[in-house]
Parts: sequence; C-alpha cells; structure tokens
Amino acid sequence: MKVLVAIKRVVDYNVKVRVKADNSGVDLANVKMSMNPFCEIAVEEAVRLKEKGVATEIVVVSIGPTTAQEQLRTALALGADRAILVESAEELTSLAVAKLLKAVVDKEQPQLVILGKQAIDSDNNQTGQMLAALSGYAQGTFASKVEVSGDSVNVTREIDAGAQTVSLKLPAIVTTDLRLNEPRYASLPNIMKAKKKPLEVLTPDALGVSTSSTNKTLKVEAPAARSAGIKVKSVAELVEKLKNEAKVI
Amino acid sequence: MTILVLAEHENGAIAPATLNTVAAATKIGGDIHVLVAGQNVGAVGEAAAKIAGVAKVLVADNAAYAHQLPENVAPLLAELACGYSHVLAAATSNGKNILPRVAAQLDVDQISEIISVESADTFKRPIYAGNAIATVQSSAAIKVITVRATGFDAGAAEGGSAAIEVVSAAHDAGKSSFVNEELAKSDRPELTAAKIVVSGGRGMQNGDNFKHLYALADKLGAAVGASRAAVDAGFVPNDMQVGQTGKIVAPQLYIAVGISGAIQHLAGMKDSKVIVAINKDEEAPIFQVADYGLVADLFEAIPELEKLV
Repeated sequence: MKVLVAIKRVVDYNVKVRVKADNSGVDLANVKMSMNPFCEIAVEEAVRLKEKGVATEIVVVSIGPTTAQEQLRTALALGADRAILVESAEELTSLAVAKLLKAVVDKEQPQLVILGKQAIDSDNNQTGQMLAALSGYAQGTFASKVEVSGDSVNVTREIDAGAQTVSLKLPAIVTTDLRLNEPRYASLPNIMKAKKKPLEVLTPDALGVSTSSTNKTLKVEAPAARSAGIKVKSVAELVEKLKNEAKVI
Repeated sequence: MTILVLAEHENGAIAPATLNTVAAATKIGGDIHVLVAGQNVGAVGEAAAKIAGVAKVLVADNAAYAHQLPENVAPLLAELACGYSHVLAAATSNGKNILPRVAAQLDVDQISEIISVESADTFKRPIYAGNAIATVQSSAAIKVITVRATGFDAGAAEGGSAAIEVVSAAHDAGKSSFVNEELAKSDRPELTAAKIVVSGGRGMQNGDNFKHLYALADKLGAAVGASRAAVDAGFVPNDMQVGQTGKIVAPQLYIAVGISGAIQHLAGMKDSKVIVAINKDEEAPIFQVADYGLVADLFEAIPELEKLV
C-alpha cells in the first residue's frame, strides 16, 4: 500500500527562540532549522512499514517555503521514495495545511497518512485531526504502536490515563507520539542517493485550495520571567524556607 | 453569546479539567451549556448540572459515543455547534483528539491551549514550548478553542442547577472501534490537579529508585511526575511525563529531582508557583527557573527531605 507522510520544517528543538522587539513574532533569521521531531518519527514508521513489506511506496509531502526542500531531501535519504513540496511563503494555519494535504491525498490516494502529533513551533496539535475530518477518514492520534492487518490498522494511543488501542478502517490517518519509534540517521550514501529521487513542486493555486484564515496573530510576547531564585545549603534550610518563606508545605 | 463546553469525564465522573474549562467560558461571558457525550452517562449529566455557572446540560447517551471515539463524537459536536458562538474543550488527550476534527467540519481555524481570555474573540496561548506567548484573534462565526487547565482556576463543582436535555442524535461513522485500554493505577493525586508535584529525571538512575520519590510524595500528599528521559529509559510509564509533549502542570510546589531542565521539560512546569531543584550538577539549567536550588546528591537529599517534612 501507499503511505503518505507529512513533514514540517521548524526551528531546531534545541534552539531557545527569542521574541522580536516589535512583538511581530519570534526571530527565525539565522536560526538552525530542522525536520519537526514528531515528523521524523512519522517518516521512520513509514520506512519500517516498508521494510516489513506492508508499505510499497512512501510519498513524503511538506507545505512551506522553498527551503523546506532540505527537509524533504532528508526524508528521502531516510527511505522515502519521492517527495512533494506545496510551496507557500506565508505562514499557514493548521486548517489551511489540512486542506492542502487533503488535495494531495485526493491526488495520491494513499491507504495510510502519517503525521507528527504536533509541530514544536506552533504547538497546535490540529493538522492530523483536521485532515481526517476533511477526508472523512478515521484517526489514530498520539500513536505509540501501529499494526496494519488486512483492511484495518490497530493503533495504540497515548492517553492521559495510560494507553488505549483502537481499530481503524483503512484508509486512515495516524499521528505519532514520541514513543512510537527511535528515528534512524541518514547515511552519507543515502543522502547522495536522495538527491536523485523525484521532488515535485506544487502551489496552493494549482491544487485549487484557498489558504485564507479566520485566525489572526495580533502580537507575540516573551513569557513573564521568573524572579531569580536562591541556592540553599542543606535540606534543613530548604525545608525551613518552604515552610516559613514560601509557605507551600 | 452562548458557549458549548464538551465535558471531560471518565469512569462515570466529571474530570476536574471540565471545571477549568467552564471557568474559561465564564470569562468569555454568556450562557454556558455543557455537552456530556458517552455511554451510561446519566450520573455525569447530573454532576455537570450542579457545576456553578452552567445554564443547560445536553446529554448524548449512546453506545456510539462510548470511549469518546472522535469519528462519532465530532459530528455530534459539529451538528450541535450551530447556534453557539464558542465551542470549548479542555486540552486533555480527549479534547485535543476531538476538537480539531470539529473545527475542520465547521471550516474554522481552532485556537489550541489558551491560557487567558482577553475578550470574546481574543485569546493568549503559548507557542514554541512556552518560550513565546501569542495573542490570537478569531473572526470565525463559531470559535473552536481548547483550554489549558492550568491557565484557569477551577470553578465550583456545586451550586448550579442547570436543566438537563436529552440529545437523541446518534452518529456512528462505523470507521473506528475501541479495542482495549490499559490504564495506569495510582492512589496518589492526579498529576495535572495536584497541589504538589515531585518529579524525577534521568538522575534517578532506575525505576526502582523512584520509590524514594513515592515515599516523599506520599508524605507531602503529592503526585509524582517524570521527565522524558526517565520515561524513555523505562523508569516509569509515559502518562507520568511532564513537558511540552506530556502533561502541563502548575502546582503550588514543584520539586524537580535529578532533572537537568531541558526546554521541553520547562514547558510543562514553569508556571508552578514555587519550583525546587535538587541536582548534583550546579550548572544544570533547572537552577535558572528554580526558586530554591539545592546542589546535592539526590540519594542523600531525598531521604533526608522525607524525614524533615
């Protein structure tokens, strides 16, 4: 079966971002960008499905600026067969991205679509669910285990109280949680080979999708800073402070 | 304005996060209706009717809504949403699972994990693991929002006397089914609602050593959390994870033991009132957010702390 994996180019998870002085957003100039960590897990799961003989083709798609081709090449180096970039310079909301992905789903007709559970920049946790709604597919969010059998997939999900397993009819949408797998690294020969794999570039217009939004970001501020704390010398001093100064125990 | 709140419930009881969500709805203003969807949820509906500030409770009791499968609950919520100005749910695993599906069906953008209400159409929410706070305005006819529980003080669970209305609509998409559930059992307070949280990280070295934290937590009446490192290493189950991708907590007191303080962990606990860090590495980033830091070997400090509190 064909598996579609959606990936996003985001600020590297180790970077501590700074808010711009004019409060228009965070400063992303000259900051290291990477594939969103949850998307890496999604690519890895697709590659493992292919290694198990479940998946026959892996198509990786990204929606974003021209530079997102770097992340698509990374995914190709990790084992994806071909890539699609839906090029859009503006920042899109999850709904706009879901609509664009729906157009790609209609075109590619995958049996399984794997996304990360959330992007570490916007922290929305919406796109997979929205794509499922627009496609009319079942959704297995926050997946820690994915087992395809016949025309259905069993997804074990991380929920607040533990784990839950649901059975979904294919085609279906799965979003990955951290513990689904340990993503592999791309080897140098595979990085070279990935340069020759096909990468198709599309536009929202070509897909006939409007990316207008009902949300507007008015400003972005730095969070309130915590006042500096103190170091205590002993456990006894700590307990004394907690009891008499902070009064929390 | 009328606001529809999706009730969070488990094992026949209203979950505490529902009260925080109702509190957020109160800040928006207008009548508040609560939807209880599930199977055999009569008692939950009655409990929801007692929540202070709730004007009406809608009860959708149907086998299709058991286990809150989003394929079935989202169409119900989308159908009911017409006529409401806002649809709110707690940013729990359930709320996060269902609400974006509702928003897409209504063709509106969703606002996730709000931490404050500026006005009926403007909200604040953290982005970039809590390193920036965005103020977002929605022009959608129906505003679909998830609420971060720690951003709002829980309203009163008693004092209301809302009318209960039965919703007969049954949506069964037939695309998904529940297989099983493995719930972690704990006698300690629930992590996201606890007044004191004691968390362990990689420095705990193994799962067995968490017994020191459990002993301390039991003496303090605290919940026990963990960093991703501790979960990934298999010391404790993942539902104990505090952080950007785990649970968000804001207790009165957060004690971080053997946790370095990565950005992703801080995202889940830096709104705690008082933070205590116990770590043998005095350069650990956790000390930058800690109100009280103790540079010490946790295996000596924790038993001593347990004795003294």
